[in-house]
Amino acid sequence: MNAETKIRPPFDAARERAPFDVARIREDFPILSQMVHGKQLVFLDSAASAQKPRAVIAAMTSAMETQYANVHRGLHWMSERTSDAYEGVRDKVAALINAPSRAEIVFTRNTTESINLVAHSYGRGILKPGQAVLITAMEHHANIVPWQMLRDAHGVELRVAPITDAGELDMEGFAKCLEDGRVGLVAVTHMSNVLGTYLPIQRIAALTHAAGAQLLVDGSQAVVHRAVDVQALGADFYVFTGHKLYGPTGIGVLWARRALLDAMPPFMGGGDMIGSVSFERSTWAEVPHKFEAGTPAILEAIGLGAAIDYVNAVGMDAISAHESALTDHAIAKLSEIDGLTIIGRAQDRGGVISFTMDGAHAHDVATLLDRNGIAVRAGQHCAEPLMRRLGLSSTARASFGIYTTPEEIDFLAATLVRVRSFFQ
Amino acid sequence: MSSFDDVRDLYQDVILDRARNPRHMHILDPFDAAARGDNPMCGDQVEVRIRRTPDARVAEAAFQARGCAISLASADLMAEAVRGLPDADIRALASDFRDMARTGATHSATPAIEMLRPLSGVCEYPSRVKCATLPWAALIAALDGAQEAQHE
Repeated sequence: MNAETKIRPPFDAARERAPFDVARIREDFPILSQMVHGKQLVFLDSAASAQKPRAVIAAMTSAMETQYANVHRGLHWMSERTSDAYEGVRDKVAALINAPSRAEIVFTRNTTESINLVAHSYGRGILKPGQAVLITAMEHHANIVPWQMLRDAHGVELRVAPITDAGELDMEGFAKCLEDGRVGLVAVTHMSNVLGTYLPIQRIAALTHAAGAQLLVDGSQAVVHRAVDVQALGADFYVFTGHKLYGPTGIGVLWARRALLDAMPPFMGGGDMIGSVSFERSTWAEVPHKFEAGTPAILEAIGLGAAIDYVNAVGMDAISAHESALTDHAIAKLSEIDGLTIIGRAQDRGGVISFTMDGAHAHDVATLLDRNGIAVRAGQHCAEPLMRRLGLSSTARASFGIYTTPEEIDFLAATLVRVRSFFQ
Repeated sequence: MSSFDDVRDLYQDVILDRARNPRHMHILDPFDAAARGDNPMCGDQVEVRIRRTPDARVAEAAFQARGCAISLASADLMAEAVRGLPDADIRALASDFRDMARTGATHSATPAIEMLRPLSGVCEYPSRVKCATLPWAALIAALDGAQEAQHE
């Protein structure tokens, strides 16, 4: 077990649940019985977006059919019920990541919007020109471009910490980037969407804080696969999206320490985020509402709440163990295939595996897999600088979820052998 | 081992052969016009160079590329199909090819488009149409005197 995984008591409620049963879990995901090109769907693209359990679909449908109204506005039963449901999700999110307070949970549209919120509000409002933002060479475009825009608009420097050939953060290089004391914010992924690498967030946090900077962690991938405890990690900001966590699209999360959120100016202006408004001036609502201008993604938040309930009912530690076993199995099976190269060999890694195949471009591999019902992603995975660092133009990527089975991985491996001979 | 019969409409023998052993993938020098095409979503890159005849036809076309079998085969067949043609014919051919890649059907039956017809199967694979059309976008950019193809 990783040091950063929450350690639970041996006889808590989680232990009394039925053992992890992937066949039963698959029954909860209606889409998994679909056929693609006349073949059984083998969905190995959960890192791009995960499929939805019936509980999520039902929660959203039921909210629309029985209690829907706008939130925080109506003095009527429907609105009060919907407000309660919406605000209840804030508590669920806070518990999921062990945030100290529900007021620190800000709903956004997705991870990208969460990072843009921080880049605009914290970046322009708190960081001073001449300070620097430090990212790593393995970031998703969502954790690169907002900082470039901040750099160009606000005169902060953007630094990039190097990675090793194995696809891990070069800790010496990282520490060096902090040496001159000018870095005000460090923004790193918790788990690479290309390499599957987990970053050592606790060590990164210690170095970041020793240098007087704050730490933003992009948890888009990690929060799906591991129990996350933002306090134990030592993060100052933690961001993720709902749709990779078996929830709907259009709902994301920004968690930040209360003192930071209080100090930060609003990101967008409008209804719901104000204390009072006159034509001369307006005052802001308390956090988190200060950052939630306009009618929020009510139904999507309710769907996210159902997704969190679902994941909790299965148990994050059980999910983690299941996916860890799948990843080991996949690495073993794929490593046997002649001409196939797995990209990245991090010690601590999760269920995202990128690979290349001699004589076959990733697109051709993906098309042939697709015709056998297997969905993988191919391309640059929104991480063009990382691909350049690795000397690659594209990779194919298989990623696993709560519903992935060892048999699906065996089928992937067997099909890849056929793909290899097709292009030889 | 299955031969993936159901993808044979896309990966015809001529496509696989051209991708493995392209005839026109080399650095053309000297040249009269050149342009690059990039697909930032997938990382495919192609550079097309042409040399002119005295009467302004394309004497020779060649390319350098990093891409999938479809884009390599498309670039290679394109280089062959446009040889000896005037710009107006090449533009018409490019337009016909683009429609064929999207719909499977062509407006004409010239020898040039017939040479490209093995790529018509790409119409059944919407996410791959761009792989086939990227070299053409670069070629048209070169004819236009631009350095880079417009993103479609």
